[in-house]
Amino acid sequence: MITLTDVTLTFPDGDSRVTAVDHASLAVPAGTVAALTGPSGSGKSSVLAVAAGLIRPDSGWVEVAGVDVALLDRRASTDFRRTRLGIVFQQANLLPSLTAVEQLCALHELGGRVSRGSRATTKDRARMLLAAVGLADQGDKRPHQLSGGQRQRVNIARALMNEPQALVVDEPTSALDHERGSAIIDLILELTETSGAATLLVTHDRAHLDRMDQVLVMQDGRLSVDAQVASTPALARQA
Amino acid sequence: MFVAWRDMRFATGRFVLIGAVVTLITLLVGFLSGLTAGLANQNISAITGLGASSVVLAEPADGEQVSFADSTLDADAAADWAALPGVERVQELGISQTRVTADDARTSVSVFGVEQLGTDVSTASTMETPRPGTVRLSRTAADALSVVDGDTVTIAGTDLDVAGVVDDQWYSHTPVVWTSLADWRSMQTSMGAPSSGSTALAITGSPDASDVAAAEGSTGTVSKDMLSSLLAIGSFRSEIGSLLLMVAMLFGISALVIGAFFTVWTIQRAGDVAILKALGATTGRLTLDALGQALVLLVLGVGLGIGLTAALGAAAGTALPFVLSPLTTVLPGIVMILLGLVGAAFALRSILSADPLTALGGNR
Repeated sequence: MITLTDVTLTFPDGDSRVTAVDHASLAVPAGTVAALTGPSGSGKSSVLAVAAGLIRPDSGWVEVAGVDVALLDRRASTDFRRTRLGIVFQQANLLPSLTAVEQLCALHELGGRVSRGSRATTKDRARMLLAAVGLADQGDKRPHQLSGGQRQRVNIARALMNEPQALVVDEPTSALDHERGSAIIDLILELTETSGAATLLVTHDRAHLDRMDQVLVMQDGRLSVDAQVASTPALARQA
Repeated sequence: MFVAWRDMRFATGRFVLIGAVVTLITLLVGFLSGLTAGLANQNISAITGLGASSVVLAEPADGEQVSFADSTLDADAAADWAALPGVERVQELGISQTRVTADDARTSVSVFGVEQLGTDVSTASTMETPRPGTVRLSRTAADALSVVDGDTVTIAGTDLDVAGVVDDQWYSHTPVVWTSLADWRSMQTSMGAPSSGSTALAITGSPDASDVAAAEGSTGTVSKDMLSSLLAIGSFRSEIGSLLLMVAMLFGISALVIGAFFTVWTIQRAGDVAILKALGATTGRLTLDALGQALVLLVLGVGLGIGLTAALGAAAGTALPFVLSPLTTVLPGIVMILLGLVGAAFALRSILSADPLTALGGNR
């Protein structure tokens, strides 16, 4: 479950402050996908950053996977992201020196003490997740040996490595053509359902909105429900 | 080290390049250290080999530095120092530089005339005092003159029998030959120098500081501990300063080069670091990863550099005054590694300051 309640976030702008998120509230139940859309600069990424614990809001409550994220200090926030949250970046953001399997294992290695047994288990899970996103035979390839769509699939698989209870997804189709973008959305919907995670997905691409469980529109830092897609089958089910 | 090892494998060319630079700087530092120690040895080994605790020299004129070359002590000074409480042994040293000949061969040498005074002349002496009319030669001088035990050599018109060839001892870049103080004085007389006294006193024992100060005042002398006394050898003083300065500058350069490389490297990786932080990697583990990478690079580069230094030093040892020892290889290597890590630590700012927030959006 991802819940934001009356969240406000401002940034310094010269002598004054600009409001990026203005008393925003949303709730994403487990196993569902909420799309967050809106024009550039409307505050979508700020909401995502707040939900991921990357930035503290000025006010409001942020509860993600049962954790009051707004109260976490830097170290606790880092641990929270590593253990309970999955992040899918807009660009694949893969490390050039790591193979696909290693991209998924990196966090396990950089998060704390690692035993030989846990290393083997982690590797097995990485291969299983790569298979789940259709890359069973690509695990030993580095990013430059993969296509854009394949890199984005590795990006998604990496976000699922820690069995997250919540996923924040930042415009996953922006660098892909319609067909590949559609496949990526299919994958996110499927993985959300199978994993039971609550997924908050930022997107510009309105072509896929009717497949979301809820669609929220961001405008000048304020959130509202998208009236155009509110009657779609998925959203009707939600209601 | 998870990411660090893989970065090194992935960017092999860059790491081989900087590793080669580390190796070459280590080779340069090691070679210079060995040469510095070799040159120092050729300046001072005869003095340090005396086994004395301090050296007494004539007080310099105002504005001048204490110097073996300018030091002249009278015989009374030696007796006064020998009578000082706490002094176990005094070696009177006459030091001069001249040429020694044997048949048609000739070579430059330092002549050390030596005589022992004091309460315990039988122990702690590096060698027994040569009998009058005899000389003991350092091996280099004996080889240059092609003489052996029992042959005769001539120093300043005085014929002396060779009474032994000993391991090399050096003073101011010339091999030392040992004579009795009486013979040394005789040579000085033939060269128009004062016929009595000596150049310096090698003191063994630990007299009170107040007694030392009093003796200095009454005899017009200056007492220096062994290390300080070496600076009274002009050639040593002028060489050691510039050579050590070069070594120190090379250490500084190595720290800068390593620091610059890792600064550029981590700046290039700043985006990757932000991603890893956003995903939950701790700053501590990322820091260890980066420092571990620097340590591996430094240990490999320095290790290879030390190996090359040892090989080249062994090859050059016969042609150059080169000392190959842990002090001239391992110690500079350890300093290189420590300074390299300091340089790499400066580069950590990019890791510490990387903002995970920048991983979101289309920033990369």
